[in-house]
Amino acid sequence: MSEARPMSTMARVNVGLAARYRKERRFKFFGLAAIVASLMFLALLLASITAKGYTAFRQTEILLDIHLDPAVLDVNNLATANYAALVRDSVQALFPRVENRQDKRIVAKLASTGAAYQVQDMVMNKPELIGSVKSVWVLADDEVDMFIKGHIPRNVPESERRISDQQAAWIDQLTAAGRLQLAFNTTFFKAGDSREPELAGIRGAAMGSFFTLIVTLVLSFPIGVAAAVYLEEFAPKNRWTDLIEVNINNLAAIPSIVFGLLGLAVFLNFMNLPRSASLVGGLVLTLMTLPTIIIASRASLKSVPPSIREAALGVGASQVQTIVHHVLPLAMPGMMTGAIIGMARALGETAPLLMIGMVAFIVDVPHGFSDPATVLPVQIYLWADSPERAFVERTSAAIMVLLLLLLAMNAAAVFLRNKFERRW
Amino acid sequence: MQKIARTLAAAALFAGSAASVQAADGRDYISIVGSSTVYPFSTAVAEQFGKTTKFKTPKIESTGTGGGFKLFCAGAGVDTPDIANASRAIKKSEIETCAKNGVTQIVEIKVGYDGIVLANSKKAEQMQLSRKDIFLALAKEVPSPEGGDQLVANPYKTWKDVNPTLPAEKIEVLGPPPTSGTRDAFVEMVMDHGCEEFAAIKALKSTDEKKFKAVCQTVREDGAYIEAGENDNLIVQKLEANPKSLGIFGFSFLDQNADKIQGSAIDGKAPDFAAIAEGKYPVSRPLFIYVKKDHVGKIPGIAEFLAEFTSDRAWGEQGYLAEKGLIPMPKDEQKAVAADAKALKALSVKE
Repeated sequence: MSEARPMSTMARVNVGLAARYRKERRFKFFGLAAIVASLMFLALLLASITAKGYTAFRQTEILLDIHLDPAVLDVNNLATANYAALVRDSVQALFPRVENRQDKRIVAKLASTGAAYQVQDMVMNKPELIGSVKSVWVLADDEVDMFIKGHIPRNVPESERRISDQQAAWIDQLTAAGRLQLAFNTTFFKAGDSREPELAGIRGAAMGSFFTLIVTLVLSFPIGVAAAVYLEEFAPKNRWTDLIEVNINNLAAIPSIVFGLLGLAVFLNFMNLPRSASLVGGLVLTLMTLPTIIIASRASLKSVPPSIREAALGVGASQVQTIVHHVLPLAMPGMMTGAIIGMARALGETAPLLMIGMVAFIVDVPHGFSDPATVLPVQIYLWADSPERAFVERTSAAIMVLLLLLLAMNAAAVFLRNKFERRW
Repeated sequence: MQKIARTLAAAALFAGSAASVQAADGRDYISIVGSSTVYPFSTAVAEQFGKTTKFKTPKIESTGTGGGFKLFCAGAGVDTPDIANASRAIKKSEIETCAKNGVTQIVEIKVGYDGIVLANSKKAEQMQLSRKDIFLALAKEVPSPEGGDQLVANPYKTWKDVNPTLPAEKIEVLGPPPTSGTRDAFVEMVMDHGCEEFAAIKALKSTDEKKFKAVCQTVREDGAYIEAGENDNLIVQKLEANPKSLGIFGFSFLDQNADKIQGSAIDGKAPDFAAIAEGKYPVSRPLFIYVKKDHVGKIPGIAEFLAEFTSDRAWGEQGYLAEKGLIPMPKDEQKAVAADAKALKALSVKE
């Protein structure tokens, strides 16, 4: 009789229990595996960029004894004197045994063309140096730099590298004499773009990014917040507002190049704003970040509990007072997080800027919103496309700087959220 | 609210000031657009020019030759570029567009040559190719291998199939996409030429030029030719990773990476500096810059920029452009071009 009794609920549960535990373990394992895989990719990316880029932060310099010859320099011609000749003579003086004219010319190329400007700056700042012999560390040519850093291999046939055996011997001679050193690469942070890798820096692009982001922030944050407040707090719920909402969500997903085309048509062709200016870049990126900020701001307004609004209205505040005094301050951390994330995205954009002429070779560091400018990711793209080998490490170094900036911005967003966020 | 109102006011003010900045549009720097092949050379000149003269450094956009002419020919005002870089001569249709928009005086300056190379990794054997081999390996349709004049879809899988003296490796060529000037030049100088070695196709040239072009210039799409984007460094890296493939790019990238890759000999000539300069290497093309004559005098420094570009220390045999990989013209030709540039001799419209 007992065999005929149906299985109890507990028994039935117990039968399947092992399988359910297994399923749960499997589920957890897949989740963990996904995390590990993505962390590994991230680590791989960072490691490869750092491995390629860290050498760019140091730059080879040559110690030259430069005779600031009064025959070449006098106080009246400091701006136009032939500094290149001074540098050339002092490099050649290091190798007195080289007499052949062709070889002398190659010797002179051990120092960068930028060395002349270095000497010029020095003399212009201190004209009293004229007549003396001054020992200065000047920039070495990019190929010397690559050779010292081991990016130009030594153990291949001479015809396959851009440093000949003779040049290699000269470089070794300099190293032995203690006239070569690797110093911190200040040029990289102080200069604008250049076609000579040893003279190229990210200052111009960084300033361009800065001006562009200022324009973007100043325009998109107030407009975005105002739009979100209106839509969330004042707008009636009807078909029109639904339509607007759908459109805003759609805009957030549009490929950024489309905004570039729009910018070209409206800002350049119709409004006649200057090409390649960070002002126009900022306007285009404003269009791109607006939807992100509106969506984030609306979400953070929504998360303010209705009880706060009701209490404010209950003690007699008007609707505007309720919003400005109570709702907005509470929603602000969320809005700022949204804005910072939007800015971080804008910082990494190149595609829309292509259309408005910001993908360009610009040497002078921009000083204002209408100066021609480029931005960091564009600088990375341009360097990645350059044939000179020394640009490889500079590309990676610029990526490192960009990543650090992005990291700082995202950290700021997290900090703001943790510090000011209120939970109910 | 006050805060927000203040920010909004600031924004409005800002937008207003931006508009006023624009009103006073006196551009004081030279604006250059165009070919990505000429870009490394004109940027080098621009930088030198900016450093050694009182003028501002010109701004150079890399838009591609066609895109450059589009901007260049958009109008005669100072809001349009002053100089267009080009990796081919200006087309008649482009001159017409220019003229329609008021740009009638264009000065053409040939600045030098660029070689296009077909290269592979040092880990593999150097290839000895003829242009006919390349055409047979890369065209979409080729004359039937069984003989006869009929065109069939390209049946060749390995280089050995194309020419028994070549290695039995799969045909795999990385090259630029159709939007690139390098691709245009490659197709014109290699494929067209290889194509003409077949009498039947050559006959087409006089009877049906359109068909001739379609046959000769269409590159196969079955995976043997891989479009690798406009980034030549990327192609170099891929060649290193895959020694069996070949890549198509500009000579300066071969010059910089000679320890990793080697150029294939084409019609018996390996691509080196001397061979290209002497015109012996078959795949080289002239590079140009085009100047709007009307802008000389309106925009400061154009004449001086041209003088720098055509100076011996820039484009001479030992100049800094040669260092960057530009192949200089013969001395006499340089002299003639420099004189024309100095006189701003405008392009005469043929016909």
